[in-house]
Amino acid sequence: MSFPWANEYKPSHPFMQWMDEKLPLPRFVYNAVGAGYPVPRNLNYWYNFGILAGVCLMLQIITGVILAMHYAANQGVAFDSVEHIMRDVNWGWMMRYAHANGASAFFVVVYIHIFRGFLFGSYKAPREMIWLLGVTIFLLMMATAFMGYVLPWGQMSFWGAKVITGLFSAIPIVGEPLQQWLLGGFAPDNAALNRFFSLHFLLPFVILGVVILHIWALHIPGSTNPTGVEVKQESDTLPFHPYYTAKDGFGLGVFLLIYCAVLFFGPNMLGHPDNYIAADPLSTPAHIVPEWYFWPFYAILRAFTADFFFIPAKLMGVLAMFASILVWFFLPWLDTSPVRSSRYRPLLRKFVWFGLLPDVLILGYCGGSPAEAKFVLISQLGSLYYFLHFLVILPIVSSIEKPEPLPFSITESVLGKDDGAVLPANPAAA
Amino acid sequence: MVRLFGPLVGLFFAIALAWSFGVGAIQMINDPEPATAVQEFHLHPKEVHFSFNGAFGTFDRQQAQRGFQVYKEVCASCHSLKQVAFRDLMALGYSEPEVKAIAKQWATKAKTFDPKTGDAGERDNTPADRFPPVYYAGTGNPPDLSLMAKARHEGPEYIYSLLSGYQEQPAALIKKFPDSKVPDGLHYNPYFANLNIAMPPPLADGGVTYSDGTKASVDQQAQDVAAFLAWTAEPKMEKRKQTGWAVLGFLLAATILAYLAKKNVWANQH
Repeated sequence: MSFPWANEYKPSHPFMQWMDEKLPLPRFVYNAVGAGYPVPRNLNYWYNFGILAGVCLMLQIITGVILAMHYAANQGVAFDSVEHIMRDVNWGWMMRYAHANGASAFFVVVYIHIFRGFLFGSYKAPREMIWLLGVTIFLLMMATAFMGYVLPWGQMSFWGAKVITGLFSAIPIVGEPLQQWLLGGFAPDNAALNRFFSLHFLLPFVILGVVILHIWALHIPGSTNPTGVEVKQESDTLPFHPYYTAKDGFGLGVFLLIYCAVLFFGPNMLGHPDNYIAADPLSTPAHIVPEWYFWPFYAILRAFTADFFFIPAKLMGVLAMFASILVWFFLPWLDTSPVRSSRYRPLLRKFVWFGLLPDVLILGYCGGSPAEAKFVLISQLGSLYYFLHFLVILPIVSSIEKPEPLPFSITESVLGKDDGAVLPANPAAA
Repeated sequence: MVRLFGPLVGLFFAIALAWSFGVGAIQMINDPEPATAVQEFHLHPKEVHFSFNGAFGTFDRQQAQRGFQVYKEVCASCHSLKQVAFRDLMALGYSEPEVKAIAKQWATKAKTFDPKTGDAGERDNTPADRFPPVYYAGTGNPPDLSLMAKARHEGPEYIYSLLSGYQEQPAALIKKFPDSKVPDGLHYNPYFANLNIAMPPPLADGGVTYSDGTKASVDQQAQDVAAFLAWTAEPKMEKRKQTGWAVLGFLLAATILAYLAKKNVWANQH
């Protein structure tokens, strides 16, 4: 689906005409990310991060496939095979640092992309499906990243795998057998390493599939925009190409500059030194911490320290950690405000910028710190706000808040006036 | 449904968290976690200037060669270096015959196994071999040193501080934590994670004789071996930084062009 004024693909070269009859792939691309896709004319740089996430996924797949050519998924040699890549494979060090920091870059980009959704109400009708698919992608990313971190078979790989799979043992009755079934043993060993490698290779392609659905679902209603006002007329849009290809090109350049600065000048900045020690089941690291992008969720997991009636603290922590992401699935129905963008929602805007954002950053800081009493107490308050924000504050705010006046159209918000504005023939379709 | 159950689920977690917080806070007030000797006496690594610091830093070949000498004459009796091959030493400025000689003269020989007879034997190391394993019979587990400079926070500084940081246990520590006397067979070192390390002080003034005439103080040896281990942990560091500058230069030019293209395309749309 597209807007009626979308440019139509008209191949001029005979070969492209022939191609268009047999397999209209160029037409598909033209309509998806070319001049045939009309996009709101007021997208700001927050809207670059979807494309950047796609770039990160491709970067991870390409570097990952190359690494898999040299890596050996066997607990006896996995650690040494990574060092073989770092030392003896041509440009192997670059591939591995690009992949390890690429995971961090992917999460940075996706967190900004998700935050964009919170800010501009991208999850609201009629875009619920795009949002649901997005949260699914995020869950798949978490699983993929976790299993990827196990592969170098360093100390944090091993003990991280042990802690995270240990979470399943908190489930009553079936927990322990489930954990053993997942690991293929009583503790992470060769069986676990092999299946994690297999799944770590598979899941990115599953992500790619869901990304295609995500973009397909996006093209049904079209992109949102910072005003949250739907497209009404041709003057509200610009063709994706050349306008947004140019804007995304510049955004991509800035992203690559930052990413490569980290890759080439601080490649171990975001990693944990303990993962340069080979896995040793007999020696527990002083502080077991996951990679930085899991820290907020790790803080929520560790925040439950007291049994709650008949529910053990550990089970509460596991339930809360999963709930903290699953709650995003319900966002489109928890937020009942008729106004989409927080730009016109004074109360929600304050809660997102001065509540949710600092809250998640503080949780992240606590999740990366040792489990000392002060950090646990702060995590408890942080987690408390996190759940209240989505499940209590958001529904209340969206019913009591008085939105600020919206512009009539995107054109008006950009130009300050909308002379050519024509009301649609059927106002209900607005 | 969502609007009914959502807030209920939210309140459920909120109350459970408030409960955990309350229990934890009361415990913290009534029974605060006691201070530990490690919290009060552990020191962060000392500041050292290494030639490889910074975005333009490179390895000081002469210092790394001195560090290799310290490793060979002191560390190698207990610590292996299994990720590094003798041939890699050529990157430190050793010539091919020198590397051959180092490999050939290495005290621990390479193990051989004859599949026809089942006989185990020995042969001299060659440049293609990695440094052989070290069989250590004493107490404790001397770790492999190949990656030590990346396996600790501020690795090279840590190695330097640890090796030059042995001292008598401070009287103030014993006074405040009478139970924390250094156990028999361990040695006090404030840079070690739990303050008591099994390794006896390995370096002594003049313990090695440098062929380049540098005075072999403990401090000098510690710096040199830290620099050598920085190289063993990240032998591709120089190539990494060189490549990085080329990549950043290209990307900067490309990004400026992309910005100008964007400005041009959007010129009449604002």
